[in-house]
Amino acid sequence: MYWNPAIERLSGEELEEIQERRLRALVNTVYEYSPFYRRRFKDAGVHPSDIKSLNDLSKLPFTKKQDLRNNYPFGMFCVPLSQVVRFHASSGTTGKPTVVGYTANDIRNWVESLCRALVSCGVSSKDIMQIAYGYGLFTGGLGFHYAAERLGSTVVPISAGNTARQVELMKDLGTTVIACTPSYMLYLSEYAAEMGVDIANDTNLRAGIFGAEPWSEETRKRIEEKTGIVAYDVYGTSELSGPLFTECTERSGIHIWADMFIAEIVDPETGEQVGEGEKGELVVTTITKEALPLIRWRTGDITYMESDKCGCGRTHPRIMRILGRADDMLIVRGVNVFPSQIEHVLLQIPEVGEHYMIILDRRDDGLDEMTIQVELSDRVSIDTTSDILNLERKIAEKLKSVLNVWAKVEVVNPGTLQRFEGKAKRVIDKRKI
Amino acid sequence: MIKQISVFVENKPGRLAAITEKLYENNINIRAFTIAEAGDFGIIRMVVDRTEEAYTALKEAGFTVRLTNVIAVEVEDEPGSLHKIAKALGDAGINIEYVYAFTSEEHKALIIFRVSDEERAKNVLENLGVLFKGEIK
Ligand SMILES: [Zn+2]
Repeated sequence: MYWNPAIERLSGEELEEIQERRLRALVNTVYEYSPFYRRRFKDAGVHPSDIKSLNDLSKLPFTKKQDLRNNYPFGMFCVPLSQVVRFHASSGTTGKPTVVGYTANDIRNWVESLCRALVSCGVSSKDIMQIAYGYGLFTGGLGFHYAAERLGSTVVPISAGNTARQVELMKDLGTTVIACTPSYMLYLSEYAAEMGVDIANDTNLRAGIFGAEPWSEETRKRIEEKTGIVAYDVYGTSELSGPLFTECTERSGIHIWADMFIAEIVDPETGEQVGEGEKGELVVTTITKEALPLIRWRTGDITYMESDKCGCGRTHPRIMRILGRADDMLIVRGVNVFPSQIEHVLLQIPEVGEHYMIILDRRDDGLDEMTIQVELSDRVSIDTTSDILNLERKIAEKLKSVLNVWAKVEVVNPGTLQRFEGKAKRVIDKRKI
Repeated sequence: MIKQISVFVENKPGRLAAITEKLYENNINIRAFTIAEAGDFGIIRMVVDRTEEAYTALKEAGFTVRLTNVIAVEVEDEPGSLHKIAKALGDAGINIEYVYAFTSEEHKALIIFRVSDEERAKNVLENLGVLFKGEIK
């Protein structure tokens, strides 16, 4: 099933043609209407006439979160406020909040994007969709609301929180699909169990669309085992509009609609584009947004991209699960390493706990050395030293296969590594740069 | 079979003392004791008079501690005793992974073994008439 079969199955060349045409129009528009972008282009020594094809994309300067903050609230808008029909805003955890605006077309395109996504993961007009993302200035609630309604699904606009009510309505109204954060889903299923409701057997819930926070394959498994539903990942940020893309039923990546967005993966350090399938920071150029178009927007999210045709028949490229944030990236012996990758490996090894520390040092010969400290769990035999040495070797080999760089593994007694409340600081970098 | 306590210790100053202090506080006597070291860490193996209490005390103090069954033999405290046993196990094709020994007023020389094939080792030692079946006091 497709929402927009003609567009979703266009060939790669046809999509590139659309992208090229829209990109050329976009650079002309922002240059003309936005003093911010005009200055930016001039600083970068680039003029709209230099952008002749998609290959010229890398000539354009990046746009970053800080630019939105510096131009708060409307400095980056490219239309007069009279054409803006809605604002959303994100709270400023670090610094000022950011405000985004939408024209009527922007809202339509946002709905179009999410409708395509929802249909790709099997949502239809027969579904009853409980939207447990927050409604309001956050884009999650209203984003899903408009798309689900456009699709003809029956919407339960319950918003976030009030968990007892969520469970009660899920049961009584026969909710089939829920949209919320993955951590809330886990909480909700435990809460339901305490109320004597087994989501797998006592409700009609069959799928969930989870996002708005980083989550892992392990969490997906936990949700699916606890609730018997199929869990889909959703991607989108308020700057790009809100929730926009989800996994399709193949669940091998998230389709990014190429007729609306140009996605690139760049090395977070150098800004250079990386090769196909290599990991780096997702950079998105919005080619249909009107109120707040973004040129080469640095999402800060680390992933990799695949552009071969998907098993679902859609031709649009796919980004894989978000591996971490660009800010968290470490460079060890020239290799980009993300703490989330290390965490992912450790979670799969029952002999060790979930807390860890990463220690970086530089040897006298100039080579970087990475040591991972991790706590023993109750499942380890400690009869001989080789029990421990073999475990350390096993972990080191698994890490090597994922990180492409060797790490020294040191197991320590349970409870001895530092615990963190809030944002964990698991990296100790002793290297003198 | 007797119960041995093994404890994982990081190679940091004071870790060993932390263990012996716990045992002392709980009035536990160490009968035999050995450390296998491997760089950043070591494994302490010991036989004590009150095994369960020792295990609980160490566990509660946050140590990674395990109880394992090991084979003990009781021999005369005289030259050639260990050799006789090692040879018998070797002849039977049984590997000795580690061994340590102790003597006390209560027992003759007690030798503790960890072997590759416990069941067969027990038979061999039983036939030699040296398998220790008592309790550590
Ligand atoms: Zn697909």
